[in-house]
Amino acid sequence: MSRHVVAAASEIPPGGRKLFTIKGRPIAVFNLGGEYFGLLNRCPHQGGSLCEGVQTGLLTSPSPGEYVSSRGGEILRCPWHGWEFDIRTGQSYCEPDRIRARQYPVEVAAGVEAALLVAETIPVSVEQSYIVVDV
Amino acid sequence: MSELPTGGIDCDLHPAVPNIAALLPYLEPHWREMAITRGIDELNTIAYPMNAPISARPDWRIPGLPAGSSLPRLQNDALDAFGSQIAICNCLYGVQALFSEDLAAAFARAVNRWIAAEWLDRDARLRASIVLAQQSPDLAVAEIERCADDPRFVQVLLLVAGEVPLGKRSMWPIYEAAVRHNLPVGIHAGGAYHNPPGPIGWPGTLAEDYTGHAYAFAAGISSLITEGVFQRFPELKVVLLESGVTWLPPHLWRLTKFWRGVRIEMPWVDRLPASIVRDHVRLTAQPFDAPDDRDTLLRLIDHLQSDDILLFATDYPHWQFDGTAALPAGLPAALVRKMMIDNPRATYARLSETVA
Repeated sequence: MSRHVVAAASEIPPGGRKLFTIKGRPIAVFNLGGEYFGLLNRCPHQGGSLCEGVQTGLLTSPSPGEYVSSRGGEILRCPWHGWEFDIRTGQSYCEPDRIRARQYPVEVAAGVEAALLVAETIPVSVEQSYIVVDV
Repeated sequence: MSELPTGGIDCDLHPAVPNIAALLPYLEPHWREMAITRGIDELNTIAYPMNAPISARPDWRIPGLPAGSSLPRLQNDALDAFGSQIAICNCLYGVQALFSEDLAAAFARAVNRWIAAEWLDRDARLRASIVLAQQSPDLAVAEIERCADDPRFVQVLLLVAGEVPLGKRSMWPIYEAAVRHNLPVGIHAGGAYHNPPGPIGWPGTLAEDYTGHAYAFAAGISSLITEGVFQRFPELKVVLLESGVTWLPPHLWRLTKFWRGVRIEMPWVDRLPASIVRDHVRLTAQPFDAPDDRDTLLRLIDHLQSDDILLFATDYPHWQFDGTAALPAGLPAALVRKMMIDNPRATYARLSETVA
């Protein structure tokens, strides 16, 4: 594994997402309220582009006829067949222990530290903070 | 397998109402008068036409009367022949087809009184399902309440193809009452015949009608699961009677595929449909609908992913098999024992009140 500087942190605001190619792999980075998460942009079902899926909440029900939505924006629905994935963990809704989207650790690094890492194609300055993906 | 173990529990057999005259004493005076004044004939549907081969085994027929209408014959042909310790009577009579809800409920009461007096009172091995006018859930609940104190009624009986899909909320009072009284809900092949037995229109042959019940069961299971019946009633047990068995796993594979993609339609379904079925659904094993070779049979059993869900049944007097070959050949002995004794006892809580 190696740590890759892919963008300035400000480039993906809260609620935003962006697709990167790191070491040849398509990796989608999401910002959930200031926390960043990386998922391989390939649905474990049939390979759909997760980055193009709807970002929605977790729909649950305490009883038939009741609809409760929580965790707005933290669930990703694959655009191909509708399978849902938890952006925070990569786990599928349908079989969380068996089926999950591959996760890559993402962190935010200060410019001083980022300057020492592998920068993809972006200039790094010490004034900013950067999104770093471990691949 | 050569011989069945004795002491089994036969979970589906069919005493038949010999004719409407036999029911008249069990109708209340008003309804007896209505039956006579209105000239109500036998409540036969197109299910199990009396002379069709599948409707009765040749050696179980009774000249001039419906097969299954004689207690001594049922004792000899079914209870003694299979060495059954207990047998659960599911009376198929056309009450579910009547368009008058009150008349249907009156006939359901009559059938249940008749079953208790003419069958349960006369052989201690017999138990029965409560016949319901399912076209009127309120009246069905009243009938459950009327019969529930008699522990020999061990189940309530619905037909798979009624007026509405079985999971609809209009049906829920029936499930609530069943759970309240510790009664599984038996769902038998057949229906009101107010809708075609298959989804593409009325068939022209008995073969289409009979095999079409498997589609009805598939739709019924989908309805019960997707409407959330088992979430609302976590203690509910459903027994599919004469449904066939081997259609179930592929149907669940398909349902699971759609649940994964569109489960937001039914957020109360929070686990795999097959897991819900394993916890809540049982099936009687006649007919079974498997090819003869043992390897295929065992693979099919394996697809069920549970040894707990199959129940032994003769389906007397319907013609599903000959002799005493009521189970497919080649089943492991341990599974046979579970199907014949352990699984029925686990399913029918009321049996433990009387079964040693």
